[in-house]
Amino acid sequence: MTPIALMGALEIGLIFALVALGVLISFRILDFPDLTADGSFPLGGAVAATLIAGGHDPWLACGFGALAGAVSGLVTAWLHVRLNILQLLASILVMIALYSINLRIMGAPNMPLIGSPTVFAPFIGEALENSWLVQPAVLAVIIVAAKIALDLFFASQTGLAMRATGANPRMARAQGVATERMVLAGMALSNALIALAGALYVQTQGGADVSMGVGTIVVGLAAVIIGETLLPSRKLWVITLATIIGALLYRLLIAVALNADFIGLQAQDLNLITALLVGGALVLPQLKAKLRRKGGKAS
Amino acid sequence: MMRAEQLFKTFNPGTPIENPVLRGLSLTIESGQFVTVIGSNGAGKSTLLNAISGDLFVDSGSLHIDEQDVTRVPAWQRAGMVARVFQDPMAGTCEGLSIEENMALAWHRGRSRGFGRAIRAEQRELFRDKLAMLKLGLENRLADRIDLLSGGQRQAVSLLMASLQPSRILLLDEHTAALDPKTAAFVLELTDRIVQENKLTAMMVTHSMRQALDHGHRTVMLHQGRVVLDVSGDERKQMQVSDLLAMFEKTRGEQIDDDALLLG
Repeated sequence: MTPIALMGALEIGLIFALVALGVLISFRILDFPDLTADGSFPLGGAVAATLIAGGHDPWLACGFGALAGAVSGLVTAWLHVRLNILQLLASILVMIALYSINLRIMGAPNMPLIGSPTVFAPFIGEALENSWLVQPAVLAVIIVAAKIALDLFFASQTGLAMRATGANPRMARAQGVATERMVLAGMALSNALIALAGALYVQTQGGADVSMGVGTIVVGLAAVIIGETLLPSRKLWVITLATIIGALLYRLLIAVALNADFIGLQAQDLNLITALLVGGALVLPQLKAKLRRKGGKAS
Repeated sequence: MMRAEQLFKTFNPGTPIENPVLRGLSLTIESGQFVTVIGSNGAGKSTLLNAISGDLFVDSGSLHIDEQDVTRVPAWQRAGMVARVFQDPMAGTCEGLSIEENMALAWHRGRSRGFGRAIRAEQRELFRDKLAMLKLGLENRLADRIDLLSGGQRQAVSLLMASLQPSRILLLDEHTAALDPKTAAFVLELTDRIVQENKLTAMMVTHSMRQALDHGHRTVMLHQGRVVLDVSGDERKQMQVSDLLAMFEKTRGEQIDDDALLLG
């Protein structure tokens, strides 16, 4: 694998680290199985691409992309806590609705951003010779900032209340936590991160496409599962770190698999590899536990 | 002070499994009073407790805590007035969080939560001191996950958590039922101590007539969703479990067939 291909894999891995942090909040912290991601990721991309194409500042475009994602998460959570729609179903409804909304926002199935300003542009030379290094570097800074902000939030009074909401809602209410509000806020935060990832993604890929969200949730979940398999911990700052490592590792493994000619895999095999990887990561902890039990008996 | 007036609650109304649990229950608990509540299965003990905590709303009747009408106030908004310890040790603490994180949650019960650190150094000191009171060695395990503790240890921590902030009423829901007799005795003794030291108003639901008479100032018996017996003072001091049984049978004019009530 060439250094450029490696950095390319890292770049996408970093973007999906943001997605994975969002998925961590919904699936793990709030215990809310949320598929909105497949709609909120392209939503963030669509909003950002439309604003950038309209001549607006790319950072502002990222902000509004994240804001749009927050609203979509809020709607999913509201469908569940207020209208009592099953979590999974509520998120599927929002995901489907977002497909139409994304088409409306862009006015077309795709929107090229070639030559438009991006958040990376100020650091890239005129001949684009260093973009393969600059883009992952800028993304790394954003991901580290997001991780630290999340770690601080979940160590705060409100953050602790949010974790309690997911772990034991009845106990949380008995301690005076407004659990419904926590679910609404957490889902908004989760999808804001995912949409921000979408907004950054369109700027690295040179355009937005309405179908770019397909499989987002699976990749995010894969990263979370790989992370917690490799680095099991109950400490939140370790969990967020593991999630980021999981996302990077996942993209690297994919890149290696696709680049190894002797395996004979091609780009269209991506989803199959993802399914195998996630399946393997799910089975691994059980195998480990089984081995440990056997070891215990022998001693 | 807690005042419940004419509480009615029916589960599954209008269906074949319709179940009228509370049928005009009235009960007033004065400030500083420790009331024990007994009754057979289905008498309405848990429903009364959940109504006071706000986990469920009654169909009719009113609930006041210190003159404030809380009949329609959701559980989380009542939390500043109501502290509680659950029957299931798992239910009262937050699995996956550490001992100190659980205590920090309880330390903010009924207070507004901001974005400041949940656990500061002075709180950690306070938690350590409180835990040291238990003499279980937990003061050195602040960062341990709470699910590593035994049921008795978790109930003891739950009691501490309930007393970290002032409350108008402490609800104890058969909080020793899931423990072995020795641990149950320890948790009960701790309960008495915490209630006395903090001069708490408390309501303890129990399955055991023995416990009901040995703890607190006043004993109330529920049957079919109403208060059928209410003893306190000297009358209660001289009372034996057998007297309680006799009074119950006289009042209701029927035999008790709930073994748990007799054997406890």
